[in-house]
Amino acid sequence: MKARVTVYPRREILDPQGKAIQGALSRIGFSEVREVRAGKSFEIDLGTDDAQSAGERLAQMCEKLLANTVVEEYRIELVNGAGA
Amino acid sequence: MKCGVVVFPGSNCDHDVYHVLKHVLDQEVVFLWHEDTSLKGCDLVVLPGGWSYGDYLRGGAMAALAPVLAAVRAHADKGGFVLGICNGFQVLTESHLLPGALRRNAGLRFECRDVWVRVERADLPFTRRYSEGQVIRMPIAHGEGNFEHFAGELDRLEAARQVVFRYVSPTGEIDPAWNFNGSARAIAGVCNEAGNVLGLMPHPERCAEEVLGNKDGLALFESLAQGAFGRLAGAAR
Repeated sequence: MKARVTVYPRREILDPQGKAIQGALSRIGFSEVREVRAGKSFEIDLGTDDAQSAGERLAQMCEKLLANTVVEEYRIELVNGAGA
Repeated sequence: MKCGVVVFPGSNCDHDVYHVLKHVLDQEVVFLWHEDTSLKGCDLVVLPGGWSYGDYLRGGAMAALAPVLAAVRAHADKGGFVLGICNGFQVLTESHLLPGALRRNAGLRFECRDVWVRVERADLPFTRRYSEGQVIRMPIAHGEGNFEHFAGELDRLEAARQVVFRYVSPTGEIDPAWNFNGSARAIAGVCNEAGNVLGLMPHPERCAEEVLGNKDGLALFESLAQGAFGRLAGAAR
C-alpha cells in the first residue's frame, strides 16, 4: 500500500514562501491566484494492505518526524487503497 | 567545568565553541560524536551551529533523533546544562527540549550579519555575567531562525520568563526593522522552565575574543564557568 503525506504551514502562520510564489505567479499573468501555501509531499510505500493500521502508523510518523506540529499541519492519503 | 561539544555530520561551529571553552576560558573540553550514548561526565553539553545531517527535512529534525540526544535529554532532565547555538537551537526545539519552532526567515533570505540582542534575564547560569536589559552585539548566520509558537504558548513563555534574548535596535528598542528573521515577539533565545537548557540563534562563540573585534558573547561562557567553580578558572592564571 502506498501513501502520500503532505505537510503545510499551519493556516494561522504566515507562509513567506507561499506569498513569494503567489507574487511571482501574479507577475507572470496569474493574477487570479488568491493564495499559495508551499509545503512538502512524501510518497511512502508501506509493507501492509491494512488501511486502518497504515493510517494510524502514518499519523504517528507525521507526529514524530514528518511534520513539526508546532508550525505545520499534515494530510494523509492512501493512494492505492480505500483512502483514509 | 567539563564541557562536551557534540559533533553531528555537518556541524561547522564545533571547533569555534571548543576553542572558546578550551583556549579562552581554560576549561576541560571534549568532542562528543553524534552516535555516542554517553556524555563522558560532562557538566555542560553544547550543540553547535552548522547543518546537521544536511538539515534534511527541517533544520535539526534529523539530529533530534541521533543517539547522543537521548543522553542529552537525560542530562537535561537531571538539571545538567545544555546550550544550543543556531542549528543547536533548532535541534533543541525539534527534540522538544525547548519550546517553539524555528521556521524559514520571514524575508526568505539567509541572514548573515551582526544583530543587537537584549538580555531579558541575568539570573540564569548562562547569563549571570550580563545585566538584565543589557544590549549586546552578536553575529547571526541562518536561513531558518524565525521563532514561532502558538499564540497562547508565547504568552505562557513570557509569563514563565523563558524568553532570554530578544532582537532589538542598538538602543534596545523592539523594532521590526531590527528583527531580521521575523521571529514572534522578536525572540532570539529561550530557555526551558528549569533554566538549565538554553537555545539561541546568534553565535556567542564568534564574538568571544578581543582579536575578533567583539567580546560580547564571552560572558555567556564565563557565566557557565563561573557557575561551576564560583569564580572564573581563567582568572586564576
